[in-house]
Amino acid sequence: MNAPQPRLRKAAAQKPQGGEKRKLPASLSRNAPLVPVDSAGGQALAAVIAILTFLAALCAGGAELISASSAQWRSEIAREVTIQIRPNPQRSIDDDVARAVALARQAPGVEEAQPFTKEESERLLEPWLGTGLDFNDLPVPRLIVIKLKEDERPDFAPLKQSLQKEVPGATLDDHALWVSRLSTMANTIIATGVFLVTLVLIAAGLAVIFATRGAMAGNKEVVEVLHFVGANDDFIAKEFQRRFFRLGLRGSAIGAGGALVLIIVLGLITRSWRASPAGDQIEALFGAFSISWTGYLVVILIALLVALITGIVSRLTVRRFLNGNG
Amino acid sequence: MRAYYDEEFDEDMAVPAVHFENVGVRYGMGPEVLRDLTFSIEPNSFQFLTGPSGAGKTTLLRLILLSVKPTRGLISLFGEDVSKISKNELTGLRRRMGVVFQDFRLLDHLTTYENVALPLRVQGKEEASYRAEVVELLRWVGLGDRMHMLPPVLSGGEKQRAAIARALIVRPDLLLADEPTGNVDPSLARRLLRLFIELNRLGTSVVIATHDFSLMDQLNVRRLVLGDGRLHIDE
Repeated sequence: MNAPQPRLRKAAAQKPQGGEKRKLPASLSRNAPLVPVDSAGGQALAAVIAILTFLAALCAGGAELISASSAQWRSEIAREVTIQIRPNPQRSIDDDVARAVALARQAPGVEEAQPFTKEESERLLEPWLGTGLDFNDLPVPRLIVIKLKEDERPDFAPLKQSLQKEVPGATLDDHALWVSRLSTMANTIIATGVFLVTLVLIAAGLAVIFATRGAMAGNKEVVEVLHFVGANDDFIAKEFQRRFFRLGLRGSAIGAGGALVLIIVLGLITRSWRASPAGDQIEALFGAFSISWTGYLVVILIALLVALITGIVSRLTVRRFLNGNG
Repeated sequence: MRAYYDEEFDEDMAVPAVHFENVGVRYGMGPEVLRDLTFSIEPNSFQFLTGPSGAGKTTLLRLILLSVKPTRGLISLFGEDVSKISKNELTGLRRRMGVVFQDFRLLDHLTTYENVALPLRVQGKEEASYRAEVVELLRWVGLGDRMHMLPPVLSGGEKQRAAIARALIVRPDLLLADEPTGNVDPSLARRLLRLFIELNRLGTSVVIATHDFSLMDQLNVRRLVLGDGRLHIDE
């Protein structure tokens, strides 16, 4: 109230209520929200947002897990190069292997060159041909596994040329095809994860639009009163945004929290299965079933993003609704 | 120079708070519920708006509040033609008006104190700047011990007093009150009328819609009488 009051105060003083004036507390307002959206509809929206965030967080966590595992596979495969030497009746295969190992050890960036013995090479075929066979009649090729130094990707063209010249029948495989395939697979999974997260965010946005329009229709009288007491559209839209942001934050925190708990529990379960064949298989595919700090950060970011989208979409919806209704 | 100043000042003062020129309203394709309304509400004036039930008193108040658009005619508020104003200007005009609705329109999820403070809160004012004024006004209208209660537990009379306090708290340039004493006893009605008169003396134009003749007989002021959709003015 501006300066008006001396006379009103005087008028008020003529008939004081409740005896002696007490000192007023610092605040008499509960800072209650002006638009009540904590109705059954609001709770349902919080539940929908929690479920959508849970799914989005699982998608993001899964994509991060695959991405981390594939990066590990790729780095392991990329650090290995194989030389295969096919048997030639005119040549001694053991000499060829020794020559190829010597050439490989001379090549730059090579940490270790380990030839497979005849027995080891034959054992590699056991899963396909079975045990107890006599491999002497079979032209089993011999393998040399070359381990590269950390972070080194040497050019193998000179080694290939030397092998061609000095060990005919030797081929060098730098696993580029596998790395490229793994890369494609990992990128596809990550892109699918991002696509699914985007879809879930769009679904959350649409749910908020419907809920906001419902809240606007349900609070039509409140909105009308706010207009009459001098609130502009922006103020009303901000009030809705504030309420829906809190609602969204609650829902997304529950959803993201649920997803993180599930990931942690699954990690603990797979760790306890580690000794079993199933556990080994899972570990072979996904590594240790746990996401990195980046994964946790992505899940938290998704929760914040969902809450932000909830607030912003509700504000835009209110502005549009009020513009459409004069 | 002095004369020029006075003339300009008088001219500014003479701008009516409300001016209607041949205003008519119809709902849908129905007949006109209000027609050919031509009148002004002068600054610092006091008038009753009366007429039988269903005569269009509330519609006329809603026209002034700009929540109903006229189907014809010209309305200007505080000298501004309302057909040309933007939404922000509309908000600015509404902030110069206080309104008491017949059905109170209190927000049920806010306490009496919060309801009365609402016009100040929507203007972005800090609570510390208005807390004492709101409490003082609540005490004056007899709601000092009801300020923390929610409207659903208030009686009809208490709700009405809260609605009046909400309209008065910003000391508006124009006060529109629709049956403001309909639910209170005669003694409180007299006190509320005294409050409206006091507000008018401080410069507010007051329009009280009522069909309570005992209330109108207490004051010898202009009466705007609605009947058959037309307005008759008893000066």
